[in-house]
Order: sequence, then C-alpha cells, then structure tokens
Amino acid sequence: MNATASIVAVVLVATATLGIGALGLRFSRTTSDFYVASRSVGPLWNASAIGGEYLSAGSFLGVAGLVLAFGADMLWYPVGWTAGYLVLLVLVAAPLRRSGAYTLPDFAEARLESQHARRISSLLVVAIGWLYLLPQFQGAGITLRTVTGAPVWVGGVVIALVVIVNVLSGGMRSITFVQAFQYWLKLTALLVPLAFLLLRWGADGWPSPAAAEVPPGALPGEEWVLPLSSGIEHPVYATYSLILATFLGTMGLPHVLVRFYTNPDGRAARRTTLVVLVLLGSFYLMPALYGALGRVYAPDLLAAGRGDTVVLELPARMVDGMLGDALGALVTAGAFAAFLSTSSGLTVSVAGVLSQDLLARWMGGISAFRAAGVLAVLVPLLLAVLAQNLPIAQVVGLAFAVAASTFCPLLVLGIWWWRLTDAGAISGLLVGGALSGGAVVLTVLGMATEGWTGALLGQPGAWTVPIAFAVMIGVSLATPRRVAPNVARTMVRLHMPEQIEVDRGDFQPRAARLSRSRRTRG
Amino acid sequence: MTQEPPGKRVRVTSPRSGAARRRQVAVTHEIDAQTGVGEVFVRSLITTQMRLAMLVLVVVAVLVGGLPALFALVPRLSDVDALGIPLPWLLLGGLVYPALVTLAWFYVRQAERVEREFSDLVERS
Repeated sequence: MNATASIVAVVLVATATLGIGALGLRFSRTTSDFYVASRSVGPLWNASAIGGEYLSAGSFLGVAGLVLAFGADMLWYPVGWTAGYLVLLVLVAAPLRRSGAYTLPDFAEARLESQHARRISSLLVVAIGWLYLLPQFQGAGITLRTVTGAPVWVGGVVIALVVIVNVLSGGMRSITFVQAFQYWLKLTALLVPLAFLLLRWGADGWPSPAAAEVPPGALPGEEWVLPLSSGIEHPVYATYSLILATFLGTMGLPHVLVRFYTNPDGRAARRTTLVVLVLLGSFYLMPALYGALGRVYAPDLLAAGRGDTVVLELPARMVDGMLGDALGALVTAGAFAAFLSTSSGLTVSVAGVLSQDLLARWMGGISAFRAAGVLAVLVPLLLAVLAQNLPIAQVVGLAFAVAASTFCPLLVLGIWWWRLTDAGAISGLLVGGALSGGAVVLTVLGMATEGWTGALLGQPGAWTVPIAFAVMIGVSLATPRRVAPNVARTMVRLHMPEQIEVDRGDFQPRAARLSRSRRTRG
Repeated sequence: MTQEPPGKRVRVTSPRSGAARRRQVAVTHEIDAQTGVGEVFVRSLITTQMRLAMLVLVVVAVLVGGLPALFALVPRLSDVDALGIPLPWLLLGGLVYPALVTLAWFYVRQAERVEREFSDLVERS
C-alpha cells in the first residue's frame, strides 16, 4: 500500500474535521450550545450526525474482520447495531426527547427525583464511555501501523489530540456538523472502492469465498459459510446473547442519547430515528462483502491474526496501480473518520457528565467542560496503550452488554412503568453493572475462555439483562413508598404530545441550571 | 311541582357553540390537577403507545429473533442458495435491513396517528 497517499488522506480528514469544527465555533457561545447545539439542527443533518457518530471502528473495520475470520454468525453484529435503533425508536425516542434531559443522569434525576440515582448513572456513563473509547484508540493504532508501520500507540495519540482540540473549541454544535460530514465520508469510503472490488471479482469469474484456499488453522470454508458453526462454543446461546445485548444496548450508550435532545420535539425525534435506520441499513450492507472478498483475496491476514485490517488492505491488493493506491487512501480516510467521529461523540458525552457531576463544585460552565474533555480522553488512551491486544469488535460488544444491563432497564421501566422507585433503579443499575462489568473484566483478562463459563462470560447479555430487569422490578415492588412524588406529572411530560397545553413540571437539566445560576451570580 | 304530561319531550340544547371549547380547557385542567379523569386520559395514551411498541417488538422477535432458532432446527435451510447467495447470508446480510426500516416506518406512522387521535379527543370532549 502506498503510504504517502494514505498519510495525506489522514491529514486531510483531520484538517477537515478541525476546519468544520472551527466553523461551528463561530456559532457556539453559550453552555447549552456546547452540550446540545441549541436544538437548531435539522432532521437530515441530525440523522447523518447520529449515523456518523455511531459508525465506529467496530463497524468500519471490526465487522469485516470478524466476517473474514468467523463467517455467517458475525453478520449478527451489524444487524443488532441497526435493530438497536428500532428498539430505541419504539421504546425510548419520543419520551426521552420530551423528558428534556441532556444526559442519562439527567433522565434518572428527572424521573426518580433522586440525587443518588443521578450519581450512580454518572459513574456508569463514564465507565461505558471509557470502555467504548478504548477500541476506537486501538483501531486508530492498528490503522496507522498498517499504513505507515508506526508503533500502535501513535494512532491513538493522533486521534486523541484531534478530538481534544475539536471538542474543546466547538463542543456539540461543531460536533454535529463534523459528524454529519463524517457519515457521508464513511459511506463513500466503503462504497466507491467496493464498486471497483466487485468489478475485479466479476472479471475473475466470481470465485466463491466459501471455496477459497485459507491458511491452516483458519476456519474452513464449508463451516465459515454456515450459521452456528463458527467454532465458538455453544453457538446458539452466543448468538442470542449477542442479539439481546446489541438490540437493547444501543439505547444505553451515552453518546446516542445526548443526540436526541437536538430534535425540536418528540415527533421529530421519531422521524430522525427512522432516517437513522435507513442510513445505517445502507452502510451495513457493505462491511460483510469486504469480509467475504477477503477470503478470496487476502486469506494471509487470517494467519497473521490481522483480520481487522482487511478493509484497509483489499483495495490496493485487488486494484492495480495509482487507482488502487487512491482507493486505499480513501478507505484509510474513512477509517479515521470512524475513529474521530465516535470518539468525539463519546468524549462530549463523558465530558458533559464529568463536568456537571464531578467538576461543577470547583469550576463552572465552559471551563469545567474543557477540563473534563481532557480527562475523558486521557484515561481510555492510557488504557489503550497498556492493553493493546484486544479484538476491536469484541470490546465494542462488551460495552453494549454493559449498557443493555444497566441503562436499558432504567429507561424502559422509567418511561413505561409508574411503580419504578429510586431504590429499585439503583439496585438494578448496581447489580446489572457489577455482573456485566465483572464479565467484561474476566473476559478481557482472558480468565475464562472454555466451555459454558467462557460462553456465559464472553457474551453476558442473555443472563445479565434479565437479572437487571428482575432486580429493578422486584426491589421497586418491595419499596412502594419510595415512588417519586411527582411521577404522575413526569409521565405527562414524557408522553404528552407537545401541542397539548398541559403542566409538564419544572425539571431543568443540570447543565441549564448551572449556566443559569452562573448568569445570575455573574 | 307540576308533572309534565307523559309523552311530551323536552329538547335540551345549548345555544352556545362555544361549549366544546370550554370542555377542552377542562380536560387539560383535569390532567393538570391530577384528578381521576385526568389520570385515565394519560394512562390510556400511554397504554395505547405501549401496545403499539409491544406489537413491533414481537414482530421483530419472531421475524429476526427466530432466525437462529430456525437455522438450528432446520440445518438444511442453510444450504439453500437464492440468487447464488446462501440463504443465511442473503437474509442477514441484506434483506433484514429493508425489513427493519419498513417496521420503523409503520411504527412512526401509527405512533403519530395515536397522538393525533389523542389530541382530537382532548380537543373534542
């Protein structure tokens, strides 16, 4: 692969990101601009931004790598990441927008009227955000190593610097423009090379990926092509656990929820989500094709254990000369867009929670947000440098499992069940977080990989999600006196269409309260 | 008190067409005052929306969630080729996405209809 062209592409993406960010900076001046772009973003922009932020290293590189190595079962990852938005649409989208919360801790506080619930939600947001940032920095490291041969930590540091500069200067407003741009960049970066790859594949007479020669030790073609035979133990359990974690985990990711506040009302939130599903569905048709073509044209990556780079390697291998180099540079640009956009979105969310709930005591408004932004990036960057050998899509999958075992029950029960109490919610968050988090730690450390224990810990969703729901419901029923006093008003606020004029209570997200109190003080 | 002669009907009407408007204020007031009537209105809206959500989720669970079970129970399905592509790949790599979008489109339409009808109800009664 031609390194110069790819380095130019990476520099271009970073410059464009900072440039559009600077453009947004001219518009964002107040604290609420920093968090939620003052709600002045149109639906297609907003849907593109959601898509841009959501399609991470796991989607751009990880899915193709998993499909290359393990075949049909891995198609469930992109299916789950898309279906997660459908579940979010029907259970959460409109009520969450109507709640008026900027962040998950805001929602917990508004619904449960409890500062304890707020604090525990804050800790979980930071934990899930860091867990999800880790594979982004790793993906950046792998990409830069593939392109230039630089050590793995360099890519992570580059991404971290661009994200910090971008988030600190523009906040959410500029992020929205950057994210929208990056969705379309990512789509183009997979689509255009794919057209040439398919032409080459056709010219070669469509050699079957299932019949391709693969190095010894790799999954043989006849098992690769079939579902439930990817060599993982207890495949039916693993598949269903993955389905549960991805379908229910999407709504609990910190950077997903904050986007919904940028819709003007609940109806717009639903329509935006529908557009998001179209955008994600279009994108996810492509990574599996890269993975399948990799069986024919890049099987050596399997032996080298570098399946995650198949998207980056294929264009230059299948298309000759300058064109191949140019296409290779384009996918590299797309990959960098993926790391940048997801890590920017996560950083904004984690920084928002850190600044409101931890740093607000010492400093206020925008300076707290900036300090929190640096903190939000540094911790996962250090973790990424220390733990370099985790597969990207697996870590992303574990972050989904934790989100599904904590925030999914909080949101679903909080929105639809009047009798949820603060005690019930807190117990559920703690039990779900401890069980799924414990499974993550044991898996990441490689403590249990065999038999049923390995399957249960490697894909914990199928048991941690039901347990978290059961604990939340059980403890709530046992503490009926702790139902929030204003629950009826909150339910009106969550579900009543905006055009009906009713009293919706006076909840204000903490960021808005902080900026107001500062304004009156100053 | 004089008894009305049997068979004679008394028509009770309101001369004022503004009567419906007065009640509109009343329903939102019932909701604001958290009376029993207000709560019935709110709960009926939430229940309708929840049923709709459950319907969509059950369809997803059966159509999409049923696939691994189907592949496990009927392994021969995996050998079927459609358009030269093995059936599991065609379903999971392609057809599932338009199906999810169609379901989402159906849901958005229905949820907006529920809200429209609820607004009409509040304004009419």
